[in-house]
Parts: sequence; C-alpha cells; structure tokens
Amino acid sequence: MTKALSIRGLKKVYGNGFVALKGIDLDVEQGDFFALLGPNGAGKSTTLGIVSSLVNKSEGSVSIFGVDVDKDFSTAKRFLGVVPQEFNFNQFEKVEDIILSQAGYYGIHRAEAKIRAEQFLKELGLWDKRDNAARMLSGGMKRRLMIARALIHKPRLLILDEPTAGVDIELRRSMWEFIKKINREEGTTIILTTHYLEEAESLCRNIAIIDQGEIVKNTSIKALLAQLNTEVFIMDTSEVMVEAPQVESFETTLIDEHSFEVIMQRGQHLNEVFTRLNAIGVNISSMRTKSNRLEELFVELVEHDHKKDGAKDRSNGNASKLKEKVSA
Amino acid sequence: MSIQEYWIAFYTIVHKEISRFTRIWAQTLLPPAITMTLYFVIFGNLIGSRIGEMGGFSYMQFIVPGLIMMSVITNSYSNVVSSFYGARFQKSIEELLVSPTPNWIILSGFILGGVARGLTVGLIVTMLSLFFTDLHLHNVWITILVVLMTSILFALGGFINAMFARSFDDISIVPTFILTPLTYLGGVFYSISLLPEFWQGVSMLNPILYMVNTFRYGILGVSDIDVVYALSAVAVFIVSMFTLALTLLNKGKGIRS
Repeated sequence: MTKALSIRGLKKVYGNGFVALKGIDLDVEQGDFFALLGPNGAGKSTTLGIVSSLVNKSEGSVSIFGVDVDKDFSTAKRFLGVVPQEFNFNQFEKVEDIILSQAGYYGIHRAEAKIRAEQFLKELGLWDKRDNAARMLSGGMKRRLMIARALIHKPRLLILDEPTAGVDIELRRSMWEFIKKINREEGTTIILTTHYLEEAESLCRNIAIIDQGEIVKNTSIKALLAQLNTEVFIMDTSEVMVEAPQVESFETTLIDEHSFEVIMQRGQHLNEVFTRLNAIGVNISSMRTKSNRLEELFVELVEHDHKKDGAKDRSNGNASKLKEKVSA
Repeated sequence: MSIQEYWIAFYTIVHKEISRFTRIWAQTLLPPAITMTLYFVIFGNLIGSRIGEMGGFSYMQFIVPGLIMMSVITNSYSNVVSSFYGARFQKSIEELLVSPTPNWIILSGFILGGVARGLTVGLIVTMLSLFFTDLHLHNVWITILVVLMTSILFALGGFINAMFARSFDDISIVPTFILTPLTYLGGVFYSISLLPEFWQGVSMLNPILYMVNTFRYGILGVSDIDVVYALSAVAVFIVSMFTLALTLLNKGKGIRS
C-alpha cells in the first residue's frame, strides 16, 4: 500500500553550515498515528517544515500518498494539513475569517467553506468565538483554531507539531479525543511531535526518534517498550515500615514509612511480587510506575547516541592532537 | 488546481487585502486625504495663486495630476510592503505557503490588493481636488492605463521590499529615502523645462517623472516627455519586477529557511 509519507535521503544544511538533517529515511503508513520524537534541535521541526514546504531541503525526496512534492506540489499539498508549533495566523483577523481564507487558498467555495467552518468550530468548541479577533483567544483556543484551520480542506495526513504545548490537562484530553476520533473515523493519518512522552505512548502506534539529524529508532511503540530492561514500580501500604520488605529475586528500596519501590527486570512478572509480598504479610493498597516507560527508553536512546558522539569527538580530538604532534 | 480553484484562491487573497485596508481606513485612507487637502490648500491655493500659470494651466490644475499620482504610488507601495511583511512577521504567510496556491497567484493577489488601495486613494484625492479646481480628461484611456500601470509597478516594488525586509524599519527605508525624493523630483510641483539643461538630463533618469507626466498628459494634454516611450518604459519595468518578485518567491527569500 502507498505510504502516507515517504522520505528518502532527506538532508538539510542551513546557510550557516549547520547540518540539521543528515539524510534521513522515514515511512509512515496510511491511517497510522505516528510519533516523531527527539530532543530540542534534533531535526523534528526541520523535517516537518520540509514536508509542509516551509523549509527548503538540501537533498532528498518527500512523497505524500505517493505524490512527489517536487513533481506535483499542488496535489501533494492537498493531502496535507499542518498544525505548527507557533501561532501563525493574523492575530487581528476574526476566527471564522481565518478558517474561511484558508479554505479559499485550497479553492473551496465560500458556501461549502462556511459549512465546514461551522462544523469544525463547533466540534472544537470555538463556534461562540467565531466573530472574535484571534488575539482575544486563550492559548488553548488558539491551538484549537489552528487544528480547525488545518482540517478545513479535509487532509488525509495531519501533522501536529507540539500541539499541546502550554495547554491545560482538561483541554489536552479533549483535543486528543478529537484527534483520535478523526484518526479512527476519517482514517486521517496523524504525525505528532510532542515533549509529553506519555502522550505519544498512549496515542501512537508507531514511533521514530530523531537525534542530531538522524533517525536513531523507528519501530512500533509496542516493540520499543519491549526493549525496556527494567521497570520501577512504587507500592504503597497502610502499614508502617522501617525498612523495605525483602522480596526474593527483586530489588526493593524504602521511600518513606508507607511506600517502597520495586525494580523489575525484563521477564519478571508482577504476580511474583504480589505472591511474595503476600507471603510475608505485606498488603499493597496502591501501585504506580515510577516514571514514564517511553521516557526512560527515550532518554536511554538519546543519551547513548550522545555518548557515542562524545566518544567520537574525543577520538577526533585525540586524532587532531596526534596530527598536531606529527606536523610539529 | 482547476481554473475555478485558482480563481477562488486569487479572489480570497484580494478580498483579504481589501478587507484589511478598509478595516483600518483611519490609518490607510484618511491620512492621504488630509495630506493632499493640505497640499491643495497651501501649494495650490495660497502659494499657487502667486506663481501664476505653468504649462498653460493654473498652478493648481498643474499640480493636481502629480498629487493624485503621488498618492497612488505611495499607497500602492505601502499597502503591499506592510501587508506582506506583516504576514511574514506574524508567520501568517505560512497559511499560503502550505496551501496548493501557486506563487504567481500569491504574487498577483497581493499586487491587486496594492492596486486596489492605490486606486481607492487616487479616487478620493481626485474627488477632493474637485473642490479646488475643474478637471477635464484629455485622454481617458491613457489616464486609466498609466495610473493602473504605475500602481502595479509600485505594488511590485513594495512586494520586493517586503521580501528583503528584516524588520519594520526596513519597510520604511525605501519609501523615505528613495520613493519620496524621487516623487518630489519627478515633476509633481514643476515642469522640468524650468530646470537648467543639466538637471533636465538628470531628471530623465527618474522613472517617476515619466509616470507623472504621462498621467498629466492624460488629464491636461501636456507632458515634458514622450507618452508612448514612457508607457513602454513602465511596461518593461513591470515585467522585470514581476519576474524578480516571482523568482524571489519561488526561492523563498525571507519566507523559507
């Protein structure tokens, strides 16, 4: 099946010589909910900028639903909706006018555009604000406005670049419900970048991690989480403890008099922990994971990559020193 | 995109541009009306009555075409430069860049927006001038053609300025240091036949002189220069500047990193 997005050998070198992308390959399947993660400056926004024609690429190719953006940009762009990281609308324009203008840029008749604008503004809770200037909206409303604008031409691929940054929890949840609905019901492919890794873990099926302009991991969330070697659980008990309970085969540490943590290695099961705790008379009242599992893997992957680079830099440094000595 | 879709995209840009300058009419339409009225009162009436005739017409009649043209030039330019740079500054230009609208439609839409403001202000100033003097059209087609071409040319100039600008200061440099001096020295207030021969030669290098004189020819039937030559020169400038603006837009100058 044709990929929703296919990137080959994508390279970007900025005018100051900074290499933002080092020739990446990336595929996103149709109907996928895909996460593109990476630390700040890793190349996420550059990649999405090139896909959405906001950044000029240095090398490589980008196809959207099999259409090469260089060969038929008009068709390729029709497939694409973009919600950028920063607000990029005229703050003095009315909410509805922003949506209607965007529809016009896609050649949609005003009558049809008005029907769609009403539908999306209602679904995103902005219909009452349609006559307000965009600058009067709260941060969360501005984000929703950008989502409504991106959907007005009914794109098959929706790019969301950190759409929930600075959005409160309640609003974030309602936004995700909406996005999940269009992914599920309309079959719209979603590409998401976010710094909230729990979001990516709960929403996305596949993931790519980009760091220093290279894809360091590209797999399913399930497969990625299966690589996790250890997981730490915090367990609470109503009894007062002076030391962490000793559980055979598991490492435990006391946190406070009512809670302790258990480190589980890959292959170990929670049932074993409970059986053993039960056997020594410890009753667990509640339990939670210490940190987000994806976050642990993300940090591990990115740090590992940086260490590799550090080693490379150090060896390069040694090589340069050696050269200096030779030339001296 | 189909032709109909192209038309909708083009209409959307033009509609948005016209809505913008009419929404802020107190900043866009009112100031030139006040400034030009002052020109008519001070230069035309008070000082003009002591100057006497120029080119066979009263001084007021002589300067009216130049002042109308000055308003058209300034407003066509400033509409596009402020609107396009504003869109760059607020990043709302990205709305167009991610859409399938081709660059030549984007450029044409902004240019027509500038032309619309230039012509609106030109019309307002023309109506105001009727309170001070009678105007007779010597050649209606040349008048319309030259005002339209001038408006397009300076709207293109504003677009190119906006693409190179890095701050709001940069969009006022060209109007202040180039456009205004060239307009004042472009025969708005005098006939170049009054100048010494050397300065007449220098004045011939000023493109605005050709437009002001051609427009004056359309209204009064007098001009310091050949009208056909002037219209041809403006046409060449339009084609060159459209090509330059489109090339810059295709390369993403100032809008794509």
